[in-house]
Amino acid sequence: MRTLINIWTNKGRTRMPAARFMATCLGLVALLVMPMAQAELTIDITRGNERATPIAVVPFAGEGLPTDVAQVVSDDLGRSGYFDPLPRSSMFAKPTSSEEVKFGEWRSLDTRYLVVGSATQQGGQVSIRYELMDVNGESRLLGETVTSSTNDLRRAGHYIADQIFEEITGIRGAFSTRLAYVTSQGVGDNTQYSLYVADSDGHNSQQVLTSDEPIMSPAWSPDAGKLAYVSFESKRPAIYVQNLASGQRAKLTDFEGLNSAPVWSPDGRRLAMALSRDGNPEIYVMDIASRGLQRVTNSSSIETEPDWSPDGQSLIFTSDRSGGPQIYRQSVSGGSAERLTRTGNYNARGRLSPDGKSLFLIHRGNNGFQVAKQDLQSGRLVEISNAQQAESPSVAPNGTMVIFATQQGGTGVLGAVTADGRAQFRLPSAQGDVREPAWSPFLN
Amino acid sequence: MFFKPYMRSLAVAASLAVLAGCSSTGGTQDGSMDGTGAAGGVGTGTAGSGQVSGTGMGGNGAGQMASTGIPDVRTIYFDYDSDTIRSEFESVVNAHASYLAGNPNARVILQGHTDERGTREYNLALGERRAGAVQRYLSLRGVSPSQVEVVSYGEERPAVRGSNEDSFAQNRRVVFAY
Repeated sequence: MRTLINIWTNKGRTRMPAARFMATCLGLVALLVMPMAQAELTIDITRGNERATPIAVVPFAGEGLPTDVAQVVSDDLGRSGYFDPLPRSSMFAKPTSSEEVKFGEWRSLDTRYLVVGSATQQGGQVSIRYELMDVNGESRLLGETVTSSTNDLRRAGHYIADQIFEEITGIRGAFSTRLAYVTSQGVGDNTQYSLYVADSDGHNSQQVLTSDEPIMSPAWSPDAGKLAYVSFESKRPAIYVQNLASGQRAKLTDFEGLNSAPVWSPDGRRLAMALSRDGNPEIYVMDIASRGLQRVTNSSSIETEPDWSPDGQSLIFTSDRSGGPQIYRQSVSGGSAERLTRTGNYNARGRLSPDGKSLFLIHRGNNGFQVAKQDLQSGRLVEISNAQQAESPSVAPNGTMVIFATQQGGTGVLGAVTADGRAQFRLPSAQGDVREPAWSPFLN
Repeated sequence: MFFKPYMRSLAVAASLAVLAGCSSTGGTQDGSMDGTGAAGGVGTGTAGSGQVSGTGMGGNGAGQMASTGIPDVRTIYFDYDSDTIRSEFESVVNAHASYLAGNPNARVILQGHTDERGTREYNLALGERRAGAVQRYLSLRGVSPSQVEVVSYGEERPAVRGSNEDSFAQNRRVVFAY
């Protein structure tokens, strides 16, 4: 087994040590032997952000690379909603190092930041040197050389975008993360369901599982090495856990009734889930090693769609104990439930932000089902998506974006919206319905 | 299957009291906001409120013929936001009850389905509630619990595609799978 990419830095900041990064790549190698994907996603901006920061990512010098790395960087930054990349057609000059930059030209284009770089190829390896500059301050903020194999240049681009994003915003970049999602093709008895993982921009998708019975609710382990999901392959719903590198998997629950909505605890040792083994759907926590079950809720209504607080001490979940679905919070160790949502009569499938301060959920209002954000301190709820039948919000590990399922022309597609609702994107799929996106944790 | 699901007011009026009692756990809200703009989620269903006893056994449903074999009609449809068995399908459910009671070795899986509106995992729970209402009805008609299993598919296995009221109505169903 060989590594596909090897990144090193020539500067002091080593937030991403090469050794850990290589360990992540080993997992990728194993994934690549799995059947290749049919469902590639491409980005399509539906609503821009007029307050985004202008940036120019000049094409990198160097011929014959299979991937346009500067374009990957530019697309990542644009898709974040924080940046407005300058189109290449508007660039007067194409400098490839800081020495060649004439700042006045870029100031006249209202560009705030400038990225230049060059790539050199040696055998199967590519060295990419890039620099980030502050146009107004006429200063260099970052300079780094990244080494990658030629067949994994997109990953190098995501890494560079992460560094630039963090340098300017102070927020850790989440471009080097992955998505899991479910597709379906066909209708009725001829439907084929598949589970995929892909890069955060939808590229490099790989099939994890395919079945002629439904697949639901993919959830990432905190180390991003495993997925829990629900599969009906035994003609009933059951919860499975699958190791992405080895493909090895285990059936965790197969109780009578619902086995649904698994989510990993922050420490990775437990799964919260919804089971109806005792009559109606309730929230349970399973210790994965011992398979020991602890029942958390106890009511005659539906309880489902749990999510963990970042400290692992409490769970939020959907309950219709008040009549319609609303979101509640309860300590894992028991006690009484506190109702969190009070705006409108349909609030469900909540997901907490990484800092635990915001709740993202599906809210039904005058615009139908939309992704909404509720500030947990003030209780104020605002819709942040503008989409058809939004479902299944999942928050990026840096809290800046929410990916969700929506519809376009009768087909299920993925949408993404910045956490403040200012920019929205659509990720159409090549074929079939795409739904239930799950954003991975950071990969290192 | 080609049911025309527009007998709502009739269905509401004719729900059997026994069913109203069975569905006391509440409504089966698939989500509301049907394309025609019925905002507010009240829907057209009956959602477990007490119903006046209706018109009795609703005529010669196709299922009633089938006391000797598995009834031919194996899908019943539900109103929006409801787990109440509509009067036009009572004969179908009765036929299955007769068949199961008369054939103690027969087994059926009640597959509960919702339309696509609302969140998937909540809909999975609502599909179970809908199938559970049929299960309780069968039980009251003398079918042994060991003969009946409930499996909810929520919105995962639509019978037809399409985000319109016609499609929604065809997808809100319970299937008797032998």
